Amino acid sequence: MDLSLFACHDDYRWEIAPRGKMRVPAVIFANEQLIRDMDSKVYDQVTNVAMLPGIVQASYAMPDAHWGYGFPIGGVAAFDPNMGGVVSAGGVGFDISCGVRTLHTGLDLTDIEGVKNDLANMLFFKIPAGLGSTGRMHLEHEDMDAMLAGGARWAVALGYGSWEDLMHTEEEGCMLGAVPENVSEHAKKRQRDQMGTLGSGNHYLEVQRVAEICDAEAGAAFGLHEDEIMVSIHCGSRGLGHQIGTEFLKKMVVSARGYGIELPDRELACAPISSPLGQDYLGAMRAGINCALANRQIITHLTREVFAAVLPRAGLRVLYDVSHNTCKEEEHSVDGVSRRLFVHRKGATRALGPGHPQLLEALRATGQPVLIGGSMGTASYIMAGTTQGMALSFGSACHGAGRAMSRHQASRQWRGRQVIDDLAQHGIIIRSPSTRGVAEEAPGAYKDVTAVVDAADAAGIARKVAKLVPVICIKG
Amino acid sequence: MAHGHAEPRWEHFSHGADIGVRGIGRSKAEAFEQTALAMTQVITDADRVEGRERVNIVCQAPDDEILLVDWLNALVYEMATRQMPFSRFEVHFDDHQLDGAAFGEHIDLQRHRPAVEVKGATYTSLSVEQNPDGLWKAQCVVDV
Repeated sequence: MDLSLFACHDDYRWEIAPRGKMRVPAVIFANEQLIRDMDSKVYDQVTNVAMLPGIVQASYAMPDAHWGYGFPIGGVAAFDPNMGGVVSAGGVGFDISCGVRTLHTGLDLTDIEGVKNDLANMLFFKIPAGLGSTGRMHLEHEDMDAMLAGGARWAVALGYGSWEDLMHTEEEGCMLGAVPENVSEHAKKRQRDQMGTLGSGNHYLEVQRVAEICDAEAGAAFGLHEDEIMVSIHCGSRGLGHQIGTEFLKKMVVSARGYGIELPDRELACAPISSPLGQDYLGAMRAGINCALANRQIITHLTREVFAAVLPRAGLRVLYDVSHNTCKEEEHSVDGVSRRLFVHRKGATRALGPGHPQLLEALRATGQPVLIGGSMGTASYIMAGTTQGMALSFGSACHGAGRAMSRHQASRQWRGRQVIDDLAQHGIIIRSPSTRGVAEEAPGAYKDVTAVVDAADAAGIARKVAKLVPVICIKG
Repeated sequence: MAHGHAEPRWEHFSHGADIGVRGIGRSKAEAFEQTALAMTQVITDADRVEGRERVNIVCQAPDDEILLVDWLNALVYEMATRQMPFSRFEVHFDDHQLDGAAFGEHIDLQRHRPAVEVKGATYTSLSVEQNPDGLWKAQCVVDV
């Protein structure tokens, strides 16, 4: 991206002044190198979002931003319903409530060295991954609706996990305002055999080692120590979310003109928050959030079963579970005035700062854990929300490394088998149903996650707490 | 390429995080069929999929472009709920209605070795157009 496009900037905050139909400025959080390397489509998309009705303060892009659908991936935008603000299916994305859940295991690296292969094989055997895989559960009718209304709470009530898990999950495991009736039969049919499955693409379950504590105080507050073994689960609302996204995107594309909304790009299709379509979408999307929360809860249960069989000493406790594809109604202070806003985070993680009333007492002094997924060979990070970030980006931070290369390029450049062998040389075990899928997800196809996290930290939108490196990766 | 010599064909094109599917044919219907084949090729090698079973698909949309997205999304839905990849397609148009068929078989993980699941077709890089040489081209990005 050309640096001269930016009107003003400091080292980590790059601002594009409103021009043309932009209602607010656009702001990208990144360092100079990340900006230079960023796809110019991010510029187009972050400025397009700034044109949408009712947008408040600015249209934001996170340091891992890349070309998305309408919104950039790594895009954050808040809308005020009282100012004609909109809700956008594209601003949430197809994989509604895709997110990361990270678990403590109570084990250190030395505890698993001897059983790493057994653990990898058993996790791969027990946790359905990849296209065509199905879960143990078959859900229909009222059971499906109960899941969509209850989220992870529903799963825990059925015996998949504990109430303690819910305390460490965003929304305490259950998104209020979900309307299962707004979810089509098609979407429900797509989901009926998919509960407790990882999916494919960039989704994974990783066994990780804490390689470095970057912030001793926050690390202690999160209960982290060096060489501890953690498990991170990255997946979302599976077929149900995809179908909700597809259907509402079309409805919004077709009806935008009727609502008097001029779209700079069809993929930005949206509806006024207060409109029947906007309200229908919010009800369905929240049901999609519950589906993702329930899915990660069930996978947590399956993971516990595997650890209990292989390493009975393990005790898997949820550190936190947070999504990065959502639209949430939240209270934010704008120019000193408290307002109810609908915050879209598309490939951006909610990052509530210290003292936020929604945080569990134990996390209130530190801020919310922000879980940043990496690629198979590099690292993941645990960050914490900041007070500054609440003002800078509506309490939002990056979500991962972000792709640097298309799947197409990646599958030409690498062979899956070779990627697996190379990572094995570095002590990382990969299990995946698809070698081509592994090639497309090769670590080299991603940006440097450390550069992304450092930029987020330096910009003040979140602070770096710990670095985790992969030991075993079950790739969807 | 001279009109009349061109065989219908499919292509992939790059998109930041995902992949673009493109179909080229002597008619709009052929271009739609080839775009569907391009989507199958994102998932698996279509040569490995036998077209044993037929699934009928009907879509309606206000314009050709939305119709293309609808057609591909209808296929995504059928693939997901029937657990079937498809290797051959037939498309006929009647004004703004598409009458289509997809031929495939139940997924066999060993034989088909699917690489990735397509979540949905998108409006990104979406176009349906006839080139000056008479060939039709239909394309969009699919989210994986």
